[in-house]
Amino acid sequence: MEFSDLIRTRRAQAKLLRGPEAPPLRGTLCLTGHHLLLSPGPQATSELWLLLLRSVDSIEKRVASDSGTITLRCKDLRVLQLEIEGVEASLDIARSIEALSSLESVITSFPFFYRPKGLRLGDAWHFHPPERYYKRVARETNAWRLSEVNEDFSVCPSYPRAVIVPRSVDDGALARSARFRQGGRFPVLSYHHAPSGTVLVRSSQPLTGPQKRRCAEDEELLRAVLAGARPGARGFIVDTRSSQAAKQARMTGGGTEAKAAYPGWKRLHRPLERGQPLQESFVRLVEACGDLQQSTDSWLRRLEGCCWLAHVKEALSTACLAAQGMEREGACILVHGAEGTDSTLLVTSLAQLILDPLSRTMAGFQELVEREWIQAGHPFQLRCAHSAFSHARPKHEAPTFLLFLDCVWQLGRQFPLSLEFGEGLLLALFEHAYASPFGTFLCNSERERCLCEVRTRTHSLWSGLNQPKEQRKLRNPLYAPNPLAIWPSVELQSLRLWQGLFLRWIRPPEPSEVAWEKVWQIVTDKEKTKLSQPTVSASEPQL
Amino acid sequence: MEHIRTTKVEQVKLLDRFSTSNKSLTGTLYLTATHLLFIDSHQKETWILHHHIALVEKLALTTSGCPLVIQCKNFRIVHFIVPRERDCHDIYNSLLQLSKQAKYEDLYAFSYNPKQNDSERLRGWQLIDLAEEYKRMGVPNSNWQLSDANREYKICETYPRELYVPRIASKPIIVGSSKFRSKGRFPVLSYYHEHKEAAICRCSQPLSGFSARCLEDEHLLQAISKANPVNRYMYVMDTRPKLNAMANRAAGKGYENEDNYSNIRFQFVGIENIHVMRSSLQKLLEVNGTKGLSVSDFYSGLESSGWLRHIKAVMDAAIFLAKAITVESASVLVHCSDGWDRTSQVCSLGSLLLDSYYRTIKGFMVLIEKDWISFGHKFSERCGHLDGDPKEVSPVFTQFLECVWHLTEQFPQAFEFNEAFLVQIHEHIHSCQFGNFLGNCQKEREELKLKEKTYSLWPFLLDDQKKYLNPLYTSKSPKFTVLEPNTVSFNFKFWRNMYHQFDRTLHPRQSVFNIITNMNEQNKQLEKDIKDLESKIKQCKNKPTDGILTKELIHSVHPESPTLKTSLCFKEQTLLPVNHALRTIEGSNPADNRYSEYAEEFSKSEPGVVSLEYGVARMTC
Repeated sequence: MEFSDLIRTRRAQAKLLRGPEAPPLRGTLCLTGHHLLLSPGPQATSELWLLLLRSVDSIEKRVASDSGTITLRCKDLRVLQLEIEGVEASLDIARSIEALSSLESVITSFPFFYRPKGLRLGDAWHFHPPERYYKRVARETNAWRLSEVNEDFSVCPSYPRAVIVPRSVDDGALARSARFRQGGRFPVLSYHHAPSGTVLVRSSQPLTGPQKRRCAEDEELLRAVLAGARPGARGFIVDTRSSQAAKQARMTGGGTEAKAAYPGWKRLHRPLERGQPLQESFVRLVEACGDLQQSTDSWLRRLEGCCWLAHVKEALSTACLAAQGMEREGACILVHGAEGTDSTLLVTSLAQLILDPLSRTMAGFQELVEREWIQAGHPFQLRCAHSAFSHARPKHEAPTFLLFLDCVWQLGRQFPLSLEFGEGLLLALFEHAYASPFGTFLCNSERERCLCEVRTRTHSLWSGLNQPKEQRKLRNPLYAPNPLAIWPSVELQSLRLWQGLFLRWIRPPEPSEVAWEKVWQIVTDKEKTKLSQPTVSASEPQL
Repeated sequence: MEHIRTTKVEQVKLLDRFSTSNKSLTGTLYLTATHLLFIDSHQKETWILHHHIALVEKLALTTSGCPLVIQCKNFRIVHFIVPRERDCHDIYNSLLQLSKQAKYEDLYAFSYNPKQNDSERLRGWQLIDLAEEYKRMGVPNSNWQLSDANREYKICETYPRELYVPRIASKPIIVGSSKFRSKGRFPVLSYYHEHKEAAICRCSQPLSGFSARCLEDEHLLQAISKANPVNRYMYVMDTRPKLNAMANRAAGKGYENEDNYSNIRFQFVGIENIHVMRSSLQKLLEVNGTKGLSVSDFYSGLESSGWLRHIKAVMDAAIFLAKAITVESASVLVHCSDGWDRTSQVCSLGSLLLDSYYRTIKGFMVLIEKDWISFGHKFSERCGHLDGDPKEVSPVFTQFLECVWHLTEQFPQAFEFNEAFLVQIHEHIHSCQFGNFLGNCQKEREELKLKEKTYSLWPFLLDDQKKYLNPLYTSKSPKFTVLEPNTVSFNFKFWRNMYHQFDRTLHPRQSVFNIITNMNEQNKQLEKDIKDLESKIKQCKNKPTDGILTKELIHSVHPESPTLKTSLCFKEQTLLPVNHALRTIEGSNPADNRYSEYAEEFSKSEPGVVSLEYGVARMTC
């Protein structure tokens, strides 16, 4: 397909308004297959301005007698206005942006063309495969093995090639258990908690259906999970649906584990919001944040009405519950909802962050995101197709990943020294999940990524982020490794709206940014003086 | 002490109000002349000053004993269970008596003795010198002078003796104007902006009724506008809602008629009165005191209390004032009804926006001393120091502190002090431990001989100032750096660290403030060490004979090198015994948090599992 077919006008004179804080830019607007550029002209002091078309969420056009105004609402919640000379030109540009920003094809997307200086293709893609995590598990316990039953993605299309399963269960049993689980997502290891020897396992719902079917291999698999922990260990199944919803799912072939079939396991229901209601909550929150004129009362009413913080609270407390079960009760935990690709991953990844000090490091967190979200088959392409501004009715969109990032941010606020990364990394992940020049968040599963050859033909976000020049933005200067579990308070008084994200383009960023710089300065000063001290003492023997 | 019948009760339980599992500590309750003291089985002490007690309630008897709930003015709420009803009743009665004193002389400040001699005490009182402060602002000058009209409190009892007025305003004009103003509080200078030559003045409402005029008052306002050489127009800000001001006209009071005064621009601001504010705070505390709040409870409660709306109104007024001065160089006259509540809020907050001096620790003390204490904000009545009219109690000063906190949140580098400083000041407006906030005006304070009989708070805060320093403060900003806060609704947040200051489980588990402060100190110490070492090296080079001595010297410079002070963030943790079962940061315990209630389900079915409560008990012993 040729991009040029979609581009009606390549060039126009325009003025760009970037919100209340930044000064407007004037110059020549150019449209390419993936970008919108504004070149301010040779004599101007400001630099070239560039916008990835993929990040445009919605577009609105208004025309006057001899010019047009285009409002671009971006997926990172930025709102931009372009005043373009010429009615025809402005309409053409608007239509072209519309067409180009909504292209469905993965292999023509920008990551397949992006070749940044200083990075090599294929770098960092080997950073976080399941094999790497398995090495760690194998050091801690030998009850688990790496299975390649899904080598050709035939057993479970949304799982990676290799998964970690109980050593005592063979690949044949896994394949049969997969047939008993929605989408083939049979129970696999998510996290091994070495201090208590317990494990976190995740799957999708069992296909019990109205006849209450059973599957011997699936039962054996869960039995093996308990046996691998320690003799007599108990387990809890955290179902992220209400018990009513779980029962209703039987009518459509799904369901939940019957008590009698899984001795030693006990079911808990912790309903978490997902899908469309979650997306609506996000849309309403962003709408409320964009209204600068409203009274304090109306703001509070809308903050309440959108329920976003209620979702944050529920997600965090469910994750805490799972973590608590492992740490305090010495129980194994299986988490699933329906498909096991959304709220399930939210709970397992947050529980790890609470329990596992390694996942709170820069590298560990990236590995967690890669392992528990990308490889675990969270359908990023579907969920993040649109952000909060799209007028189109949401089909598969849901900000589950954003909810995860928000919960991590809340953890970071309550334990400001315990995370090695700062708000900057979370903001970057949010941006890249919705629109990115890197290939990391492309597609919905490993299988699709293999088909599109994402690994060999695009750059990994991780290698982009791990360049030294990015570090100051992403790291937490105050980080001090904390070997303990971090139990957050989930009381509403302790939760806060994530202003750095939701109000990022609305409030003036300077004061907090300057303060952040100051913190960095104090920390680096400390390191400098520390370094210089030994040199002074070193001169001592020469006296 | 005649009021104390029981001084000690054993086996009292202290409940945690946010714990769902009704966690409690058992200990002994002591009643002293000034404090209620609870010592739990870990020897942790909880001190409650009698003057801090706002409300004592005895609830219905339960199987475990008689519940006693104490609400404090510093937002602490404690819930005791006393095993015997008789003891509970005795304590309840004693506290009722002890928390409400009839006479100033019975307040804690008159018996509090911090072991200072008289000259130290006097120096403490002289720490803040308002004459010095007016000099700093640049008055007296060619337009403003010190008036001796109120030297004997003859014109206005609630004003200080020393007042600054326009040079051209003669004494008859002042006297005439004071007769036309409620409580005699005529327009006087509150802040002079040297750079813009504009002034913030304050007064009470005019006794205008529907048509009354007063030429002297009109002259005085004209004199104020003439004292500004840049802009002849001046603003008159009535900080009340228009409706309230109109209602006052029927009582012979009211507001300035623009037709009678030349060169004024009249403006209503719409801050509600003390009664609205009191019930608003009450609602806020009620909502937030409930266990297991849902999102909608919390936000609808926050909304219906109106508290943040009121905070925003005060902030908006101060911004309006600051803008009039910086943008138009216009002088502003601020009043409300009596000119001691809303007027104090707006004048002090406006000055804080305009002048960076007030954003330092010392400057903030000066500001409170000037606009609140000396101009007669009725601290004793508003804080209910004595047993008096409950309708006079109102959190006006608390609101001022909250506005300042909101500013520190928006401008993290503009203030020399931190949140703890604000909370500490709030603690002491109610504690009656120091003399500063006793009484309702300067005249009353002089009659009470506070400077001879009590101590001033400020030197104690200054001695402790390390605790109150903002590590991010940049002092380099010039004097007249104006703060321009953004009052978009979402910038107004619930101040958890004030209203839940004693509910530890709700707070962040690690403190950034401590670590940055420590780092800052280390940096300074290390730099000093380097300098010391360098100078010693130089010395040694000069007399190279004594090699052994120099080595000792170098070692003695940093016997306890700060680089060795590692793991700052785990200070709390080191208090806990090292034990593998104990993997938690203090204060971060699943049992402390909301999700722990689900844990009951963990322990319900099979008895083989250790219940969570048991786990905690094991942990703590």
